[in-house]
Amino acid sequence: MQHTTTQDTLVGLFVASGIAGLFFLALHVSNLSSFSDQDSYVITARFENSGGLKVKSPVSAAGVKIGKVTSISFDTKTYESVVQMNIDAKYNTLPDDTTASIFTAGLLGEQYVNLEPGGSEEYLKPNGKIEITQSAIILEKAIGQFLFKSAEEKK
Amino acid sequence: MAFCNINDNRLTYLRVVVQNSPFRIDKQLKLRMVNSVSSQNNLVSVRNLTFSRGSKKIFDDISLDFQRGKITAIMGPSGTGKTTLLKLIGGQLFPERGSIFVDGQNVHQLRRSDLYDLRKRLGMLFQSGALLTDMTVFDNVAFPLREHTHLPESMIRTLVLMKLQAVGLRGARDLMPNELSGGMSRRVALARAIALDPMMILYDEPFTGQDPISMGALVHLIKSLNTILGLTSIIVSHDVHETSVIADYIYVISEGKIVGQGTPAEIQQSDSEWVQQFMTGAADGPVHFHYPAKEYVDDLLSSGKRY
Amino acid sequence: MIQLIQNLGKSTRVSFTKLGRASYFLIQIIFGITSVLVRPRLLLNQLYSVGVLSFLIITISGLFVGMVLGLQGYYTLSDFGAEETLGVMVAASLVRELGPVVSALLFAGRAGSALTAEIGLMKATEQLSGMEMMAVDPVKRIITPRFLAGLISMPLLAGLFSAVGIIGGEMIGSGLLGVDEGAFWAQMQAGIDFYDDIINGVIKSVVFGFIASWIALFEGYDAIPTSEGVSRATTRTVVNSAFSILGLDFILTALMFGDN
Repeated sequence: MQHTTTQDTLVGLFVASGIAGLFFLALHVSNLSSFSDQDSYVITARFENSGGLKVKSPVSAAGVKIGKVTSISFDTKTYESVVQMNIDAKYNTLPDDTTASIFTAGLLGEQYVNLEPGGSEEYLKPNGKIEITQSAIILEKAIGQFLFKSAEEKK
Repeated sequence: MAFCNINDNRLTYLRVVVQNSPFRIDKQLKLRMVNSVSSQNNLVSVRNLTFSRGSKKIFDDISLDFQRGKITAIMGPSGTGKTTLLKLIGGQLFPERGSIFVDGQNVHQLRRSDLYDLRKRLGMLFQSGALLTDMTVFDNVAFPLREHTHLPESMIRTLVLMKLQAVGLRGARDLMPNELSGGMSRRVALARAIALDPMMILYDEPFTGQDPISMGALVHLIKSLNTILGLTSIIVSHDVHETSVIADYIYVISEGKIVGQGTPAEIQQSDSEWVQQFMTGAADGPVHFHYPAKEYVDDLLSSGKRY
Repeated sequence: MIQLIQNLGKSTRVSFTKLGRASYFLIQIIFGITSVLVRPRLLLNQLYSVGVLSFLIITISGLFVGMVLGLQGYYTLSDFGAEETLGVMVAASLVRELGPVVSALLFAGRAGSALTAEIGLMKATEQLSGMEMMAVDPVKRIITPRFLAGLISMPLLAGLFSAVGIIGGEMIGSGLLGVDEGAFWAQMQAGIDFYDDIINGVIKSVVFGFIASWIALFEGYDAIPTSEGVSRATTRTVVNSAFSILGLDFILTALMFGDN
């Protein structure tokens, strides 16, 4: 009871540092700061095969993360994979002939959507569609093709 | 906090009438009538109390009365549950059968908040003192005042110093409980017990383990507090001489029964062998020196199991 | 054989009555919360002895755990040429598991055992029943502030543990072993989700704080009031807290991260 003021100070420091630790985790460690859903717009792309792409996979252009995948669904009519993406609102100058491809980060890394801007003067609008897409490279398919090719060459 | 007025008997009774069924009222009424007839002047009355711990009967159908303004002592050998009796009076334990009335209220039928209000008017001095070890002497005495009143700190200081002065420890206010001797901590505990100006103080073995000087100081304190503040005191003790000096009335309890009662003079003259043994401290008598065992010779000569 | 069944029955009965007492105790604690909020001073004192005094052990352990994770992670990941993901690995294991669990175990050892011993000794020296006789409810006055302090301290301590651990992992990873610092943080931020990882970690630590404080206070309050009884109760606090924390961790992990 005697050392009330020092005790108060120490408790204050403790609580402050605890909260600082949690804030550090929230802002520095997690993805909270890098992207928020509020100021973003939606675009969709149709892929023949979206491979191992998942919800929350990154969307990047020229290697910079500009958004993330929000949903992946299967279109029962066209038998295509419909990928919906949230793009950060400040990147609103993507041309409407942008190409979307699914790449893999590193040999075993996760898959992401890469946007390759075209030369059009028109920009993609919110809820716009990307027409030109390139599907994910399926490793088994690629190896199969490679083996097939090398067998042909041997003949 | 201090809704002491609610404790008024009539109000309590009124509530009983309002809340309970007719049958219940009858029972309550009878109890009260018995109570008022037999014990107009009794602050505490114990009626047909039975209490056991495990299979051992600590109290077997005993009745005791404690008069207002008097010092009543309960004596008996160690292990007769004298402390248990104080806890029963304070409502910390529940009796198996029988009832205890404190100031007209049946302690074990009170609601929790009423019981707490009653306890504010009781002071209890524990054998160990039961001081809160993380506070100074001053804070210990101030504790009940801070918990139960909204007095300003300056007033609390005055009250605490007055109570400490009464037990002669005003100079020790900044010490911690572990810096006090046994006698001193008991005196601090006494100051704390009288902090709220109770109507009654329960002393649990106040003289045990004290040197003659602090024993004398405690005897003097208990006596003078009782007369000056007009308290009612219940002392539980097995220190025959000190207790005989200050008590107005003595109950001697053994094996759950009252074996003797009366003023100290009457007790001294008691023709009960048991009481005589207790008062004179003879080693052997109705209470045997040996714990029950089989015959000594048989025990020595038998092969015996290894333990 | 019959003896065996009898013993089983007896121990079941004993543990059920104990569980009942513990639940009743918890209800009393919860009813005491309002009276503590009126007197924040009580809570503040306990935040000091429960939280501040655990601060040092938690931060130092966090630092070392993070550094070890940095080392071990680096050696394992460099076999796959994936050193850049060291940040994710360190952060994910700290935020999801090690932060809440290890800090809760340390908390049970440091603060929990102290609480049990304190309450048990207060009981043994008749301080609790003395309070009761002074018409002060010991649960409201003594137990609830300590319970709330544990509940508040635990997430803060777990957060500190993880934060310091990540810094320790970064010190080793990019300071000593040469993982690119930008990659370390970038991969971490890409890999750790605020809701899935951080919030779930905080929820875990709140649950652990709840259970560890409850066990510690109950064991103290329920202790046999002798020196041996208190020492046994203290041991039981540490053992039971550790079991409950690890068991609950499994359940919580299965619930939180199961569908991913």
